[in-house]
Formats: sequence, C-alpha cells, structure tokens
Amino acid sequence: MRLSLGSIRAVFTGDKEADKVVPPSGFTAQLTLFAAAAMAFLAVFALALSLAAGRLAQSWGEELARSATIRIVAPLDQRQVQTDGALRILETTRGVASARALTDAEQQALLAPWFGPDLALSDLPVPRLIEVTETAEGIDAAGLRLRLAAEVPGAVLDDHARWRAPLVKAASRLRLLGWVAIVLITAAVAAMITLAAQAALAANGQVIRVLRLVGATDDYIATAFVRRFTLRALGGAGVGMVLGMLTVLLLPSAGDAGNFLTGLGFQGWHWVLPLLIPVLAGAVAFAATGAAARRTLQELT
Amino acid sequence: MIELENVAYSYGGGELLSDISLKLAPGSFHFLTGPSGAGKTTLMKLCYGALLPTAGHVRLFGADVRGLGRDDIAVVRRRVGVVHQDVQFLDHLSVAENVALPLSVSGRHEEAAGGDLGELMSWVGLTNHVNALPPELSGGERQRAALARAVIMSPDVVLADEPTGNVDWDMSQRLLRLLIELNKMGKTVLIATHDLGLIRATKAHVQARVLRIANRKIQLAGADL
Ligand SMILES: Nc1ncnc2c1ncn2[C@@H]1O[C@H](COP(=O)(O)OP(=O)(O)OP(=O)(O)O)[C@@H](O)[C@H]1O
Ligand SMILES: [Mg+2]
Repeated sequence: MRLSLGSIRAVFTGDKEADKVVPPSGFTAQLTLFAAAAMAFLAVFALALSLAAGRLAQSWGEELARSATIRIVAPLDQRQVQTDGALRILETTRGVASARALTDAEQQALLAPWFGPDLALSDLPVPRLIEVTETAEGIDAAGLRLRLAAEVPGAVLDDHARWRAPLVKAASRLRLLGWVAIVLITAAVAAMITLAAQAALAANGQVIRVLRLVGATDDYIATAFVRRFTLRALGGAGVGMVLGMLTVLLLPSAGDAGNFLTGLGFQGWHWVLPLLIPVLAGAVAFAATGAAARRTLQELT
Repeated sequence: MIELENVAYSYGGGELLSDISLKLAPGSFHFLTGPSGAGKTTLMKLCYGALLPTAGHVRLFGADVRGLGRDDIAVVRRRVGVVHQDVQFLDHLSVAENVALPLSVSGRHEEAAGGDLGELMSWVGLTNHVNALPPELSGGERQRAALARAVIMSPDVVLADEPTGNVDWDMSQRLLRLLIELNKMGKTVLIATHDLGLIRATKAHVQARVLRIANRKIQLAGADL
C-alpha cells in the first residue's frame, strides 16, 4: 500500500466488492470506534489547555512586561508631594510611555474585594499607586530606583519581573505539557490502531492467502483493511471531538476574572483546530494500517 | 507459457527437486505423477510463483520470476487458474461469490454477476449450492467449486493439484471433460494426480503427456500406462 492520491481516494470512494472480502468484525470494530472517540475527547482538552496556557503566557509576558508600578509609602501629609515628585522623575525617564497616579476611586475598587466598598481611603495611610506604561525599549529599573531613592524616599518600584517570570515560565510549561499530551495521544492512537489492524490481519490470514492466490494485488488487499480502520478512526474521533467541544463550551465561564485567568476554552479561529483531530486520527490510522498490512503481505508469496 | 530450466528446489534441508527442465507449451496437456511427497505440489507452486527456485530459472509468460514484482505475480495469477490440493475459500462469502472472486479482485465485477457464472456452476454440478457457504460443502463439492474458480477468468494455463481426489468416478470424469474442453479451446493444462485410471481415460480423448517425479528428477513416463 503506497501513499498516493489514489490510495487515499480509495478509502473514501471504496469498492463494495472489496469491502465484502474481509469478514465483518462487530465487537472489535466497536472497540476501535470507542478508543478513537475517547482519545479525540482527551485531545480536545489537551488542545484547549495548550492554547489557554499559550494565551496566558503571552499576556503575562507581553502586557505585563510593558507596565510597572510605583508605590508611594509615605505619611498622609507627604503623600501627594512625593507622588508629584515621582511623576516628575518619570517624565524625564527614558522608556516611560506614560505614568499616571491612580485616583482614590480606582484604589478603592482595587481594595474593595478585601476591605469592602465602604472603606474611607482618604483617612488611611494607604500607599498611592502610580501606573507606569513602558515603551517597547523598556525602562532601566536599577537606574530609576537610584533616582527615586535620592528624591522620593517613599517610592518603591515594582517592575513585576519578580512575580511575572515564574508565572510566564509556568504557563509555558503548561502549554508544552498540553502539546506533549497531544503527541502522546496521537502515538497511542497509532499503537491502538496498529494492534487492532494486526489482530484483524492475523484473524484473516486465510482471507489474505486466498485473495493473493486468486490474483489480488497487495494494494487491493491492503485497501480493504486500511479503508475500514481509517473510516473507524475518523468516525470515532469525530464523535469524540464533537463531545469534547460541547463539553468545553459548557464549561462554566470564569466571568470577569476570566479576563485574567483566560479560562480553558477556544477563542476565535482556534475553534477550527479541534476539527483537525479526526483528520489526524484518520491519517494516523491510514498510515498505521497500511504499514501493518504491508508487513503481513510481505510474508506471503 | 511456463518454462523451467535446470530448476532445483529445497525447503531448507536437502534438495527436493533438482535439475528439472520442463516446458508447458501453449495448448499442451500434461499429467504429473509420482509418489506422495515426491514434490508434485512443490513443482506446481514453482509454476505459479508461490515459490522461487533455489537454482535455475522459472519463466512465466516469458519473464523470469525472480524479476517479477509482487503486482506482476498477481497479474500472472490471473492468467493461471490453480486448483490447490488444500482448497481454501473465503468462508463468509457464498459459493457463487467465491467462484467469481478472481473476477472481483481484478475489477471485473459486471462479469462476476453475469450469466457465465450460472453456466459454469451447472458445469461443475453446483447449481443447488450457489448460495451455500463453503464450509457447508462436501470435500468433492469444494474441489468442484475450486475448479470453477480456477477457470472463471478463462486463464491461459490451468494447474490442478489432485482435482479429483475426493470425487467419485463419474464426477471425476465430468471434471476431466471440463479440463479437456478447456484444453481444446487452446488452454494449457497440467494435472497432478495419483489416479492412473484417470490418466488412461484422458488419453482416449486428448494427447496427454505424463511426467513422473522420481529421485528428485522429472521423467517422461513411457507408453506403458
Ligand atoms: N513448506 C514446507 N516446508 C518444508 N517442507 C515442505 C514444505 N512443503 C512440503 N514440504 C516437504 O516437501 C516434500 C514434497 O512435498 P509436496 O507437497 O510437494 O509433495 P507431493 O508430491 O505433492 O505429495 P502428495 O502426493 O502427498 O500431495 C514433502 O516431503 C514435504 O514434507
Ligand atoms: Mg501434493
């Protein structure tokens, strides 16, 4: 069985006569279908995990890299002065695109989850936050810290690098894990189909011998098996994929927090990717059964 | 058609056949005899490319078997009808479908369903078993079905290994007449058999040569039969 357009077409157009020469195999056929469906279901989740982790790594890596925060920790009466001082320094700092002190209302919103909405912020020595947006070239954090230390004693620069790096790393690892899972699932499908095809070929030794003796070519014999297993893998994986996608759709949405945590799911054109899972399963079955059939036929004259 | 030149064959131990030269000319009729285990089936297998000679050359329709690819062998088998000693069928298909199998696998489906099939089935006396499954047939019926399957492609050569091993005298005469008929149509026929009576009966109708395997060699048997 050679990989050619013709052999791929034969899988779909089929030949009713050629189909008949291999006896039907009810139970094993259903096992193959089930296994393909289960693998595709898992593959949908592995794919969703990879893509979500990828989005997470990207947003943490890019958006947060472009921002920094300065905390002004000072007694109430000096807070405004120091804030203005820090903003002035920032105006003349290379790599700063914009800097802006958060208003009381914004800080209140940030703290509300912990202290409730009724907190009177103006009476408390809560640090003032300055949000710094960096240009593409970025700021020299060490240099800025030195300048701030000299003129604004209460300023603490947090460029997020400390907590961002491990998060980005974790998200990247998670994405890698997702892809490794997909590769493993693909390999498991190949192994499962090979075992099933090998079993079918062994069980049909007499069929293959007889066909060979009456003048059937290797391609004719192989196609009868390849067609079955490819269509089974394709069908089973199709069902598994649909179920997997429905499940992903029905996952509870993370709501507002989801903006940050980017929930497990597909976004935009990524919805197309799971559709490739059955195609991949079919291709794997095509190759695995073809190889198994070739091995079996080689032993025959 | 089929030509063996100084052919030797061994299954791994000593040589079973050695220095065999044989030419099956178009339209010839040969019998192959010899004691059990002499190598008749082996010789037949060499003739349809199921075995490759360990020495010498086998030429099928002018081409050396060693130079033939697997697909070429498949095509050769469409031109050589074989009745095997251990007849095998596709046990899940009906007798009629089995007999038409050579047509199906070579893409000639229309003919597989055609009227020739019915005629052939009645020739071998299996009209009542057309829809039976092969395991439901008697030994003799299986051999008749195998003969029908061997000739349905109207092959150039018919090789029959003990085709009358399990049938009564009348039926063996009938099968023989079918083979003689095919031979008269120009087909080359080679029959391996122990049945000297069959050979004698045939010689009345057709000029048949008798080959005998003895001591690893092949000899043309005399007219003493
Ligand atoms: N696949 C094989 N491997 C090893 N030895 C074999 C094989 N097939 C046949 N033989 C041996 O080769 C010898 C010839 O076998 P073959 O079947 O050609 O004999 P035969 O003349 O057809 O006998 P019979 O009249 O009983 O059918 C036998 O001794 C047999 O044991
Ligand atoms: Mg024999």
